[in-house]
Amino acid sequence: MKIAVCIKQVPDTTDVKIDPKTNTLIREGVTSICNPFDEYAIEEALLLREKHGGEVHVITMGPPQAIEVLKNALAVGADRVYLVSDKAFAGSDTLATAYALSKTIQKIGEVDLVICGKQAIDGDTAQVGPGVATRLGIPQLTYVSKIREINLEKKKIIVERLLEHGREVVESSLPALLTVVKDINEPRLPSLLGIKKAAKAQIPTLTAKDIGADENRIGLKGSPTWVVKVFSPEARGGSGEMLKGELTEIVPLLVNKLMDTKFIK
Amino acid sequence: MALDFDLTEEQQMLRKMVRNFAEKEIAPVAQELDEKEEFSYGLTKRMGDLGLFGPFVPEEYGGSNVGYISYIIAVEEIARIDGSQAATLAAGNSLGISPIYYYGNEEQKKKWLPDLCAGIALSSFGLTEPNAGSDAGASRTNAVLDGDHWVINGSKIFITNSTTDISRVCVVQAVTGKREDGRNELSCILVPNGTPGFTTKTMHGKMVWRASNTGELYFQDCRVPKENLLGRRGDGFHQMLATLDGGRLSIAAMGLGGAQGAFELALKYSNEREQFGRPIGSFQVNAFKLADMATEIELARLLLYKACWLCENNRPFSKESAMAKMFCSEMYHRVANQAVQLHGGYGLMKEYAVERHYRNQKLLDIGEGTSEVQRIVIARHIGVPGRAL
Repeated sequence: MKIAVCIKQVPDTTDVKIDPKTNTLIREGVTSICNPFDEYAIEEALLLREKHGGEVHVITMGPPQAIEVLKNALAVGADRVYLVSDKAFAGSDTLATAYALSKTIQKIGEVDLVICGKQAIDGDTAQVGPGVATRLGIPQLTYVSKIREINLEKKKIIVERLLEHGREVVESSLPALLTVVKDINEPRLPSLLGIKKAAKAQIPTLTAKDIGADENRIGLKGSPTWVVKVFSPEARGGSGEMLKGELTEIVPLLVNKLMDTKFIK
Repeated sequence: MALDFDLTEEQQMLRKMVRNFAEKEIAPVAQELDEKEEFSYGLTKRMGDLGLFGPFVPEEYGGSNVGYISYIIAVEEIARIDGSQAATLAAGNSLGISPIYYYGNEEQKKKWLPDLCAGIALSSFGLTEPNAGSDAGASRTNAVLDGDHWVINGSKIFITNSTTDISRVCVVQAVTGKREDGRNELSCILVPNGTPGFTTKTMHGKMVWRASNTGELYFQDCRVPKENLLGRRGDGFHQMLATLDGGRLSIAAMGLGGAQGAFELALKYSNEREQFGRPIGSFQVNAFKLADMATEIELARLLLYKACWLCENNRPFSKESAMAKMFCSEMYHRVANQAVQLHGGYGLMKEYAVERHYRNQKLLDIGEGTSEVQRIVIARHIGVPGRAL
């Protein structure tokens, strides 16, 4: 089966700092990593390939340095990787990004499955995966925690979705797009041989023209969302309290306190 | 533009991968394995899966052939978290795989290397004897040719990776005769574990590297085919010296990585621990300690990487590897000592990883040539009169 995986390079921090003047991310001193959820997406694609055969194609859209996350994808075993990069994409919001990724997937052609992480840890929108599915006109299965069954002949997939109050079992036709949560697998580390191969690899860059993108649907022009201001909210007031004693005593005490403050009902 | 301190992309990716592995898979179990003196077959296999065994061995024998600097980075990253696992890896490569790869014939290489590189078998280097430590040439274990077999008698001690369930073969250095100049003729012979007459005993009660395997070996009329000779008869002493030159780089890497780990723990603790109403790292006396530690680690890294670079470029590197081994070991000693000092009473407790660093550090001043022996090696290279003995 042919699987496309969409991944994103993000800053390696949960404590994102914003430049108050430009409203953009301060990247200085912050190293970049592959969005953690996307590593589960790559792993799931590799597991499916091991079971059903086929190819894993990994795509990222971003600046030239985003090549690093593609090298990691190659090192763990992706068959093909693509950097979608062009000045014309600058300023793309989730809508324009989903469009560009869907055009790239169409260019790769005939994929049975697209897999994305459930969301990126920088923007946390969780919009790009579903956006890609919509633009490709295929079903979207979000928050997938397990693939129960894939039947390539009948073009059918059954998955479990991790929802707030339980798991939902859904059947869908193929091709489809999945976004995955961390429960789904345990991403592998690359081996030294994989790293050696990846470090040497030349990675193709696809421009807006290469993927046949409509210039009005990418970059700032194609982005109805404008970021007016990004800021860290003020920390909530109040002070902490340390509960001491035996577990059997302090647990009920904690529960009562949480109920008093209406954090739980 | 000849001087270039950048690591290659491959080396940077490798460091990241090994760091991830060490933090996620070794760190959670290191203390318990140490406490129980338990060798981990699972972690050894994982290091094999990741390609960490055989970094200087071509792919046709199951290695990854990424070079010495990459190898040393891997040992460094594992030692940053745990000395025992770093010891299994460093000894497995430098003392186990290295002599077979460099001196073995095609048949021997094909027979042993693939499983050794996969992390599903270990080989060991039988050099040290109860009465032959720093004076390695004084080996008493002897091998006599009897028809088509070597008959080996003697014993070895402190042999890393020699008595695990997957220890498959030992490269035994034995006296095989007298040279014309009257000195002992030494040769290395491959003796598979389990050969009749070859018995082993695991050594317990170590202060250091408690989760690594150390054994005593006994040979009593142990017979192996004469083809098990490694390289040429009489080359044993030279093979041993060359093996130790490479081994020293990996011991140095353990010192460097261990110091880095101990330093990071000390820095983190100094930022978090408050006394007199402020973080203890903000006191000049402690800030200076941390500054000294960071500086020494940087110096050690420069020296070790240069020695590796010489090795990788086929230049002479005996002097630099002795310097790196000595300096990295002694530097780890100083850094671990100050790291515990910064932790105060907590640093004396096993639940703090810095306690393990403090113990593990001591091996490096002793194993694979004591600091004193390294000074002899260095002294001879810099042209002092006599033999510095």
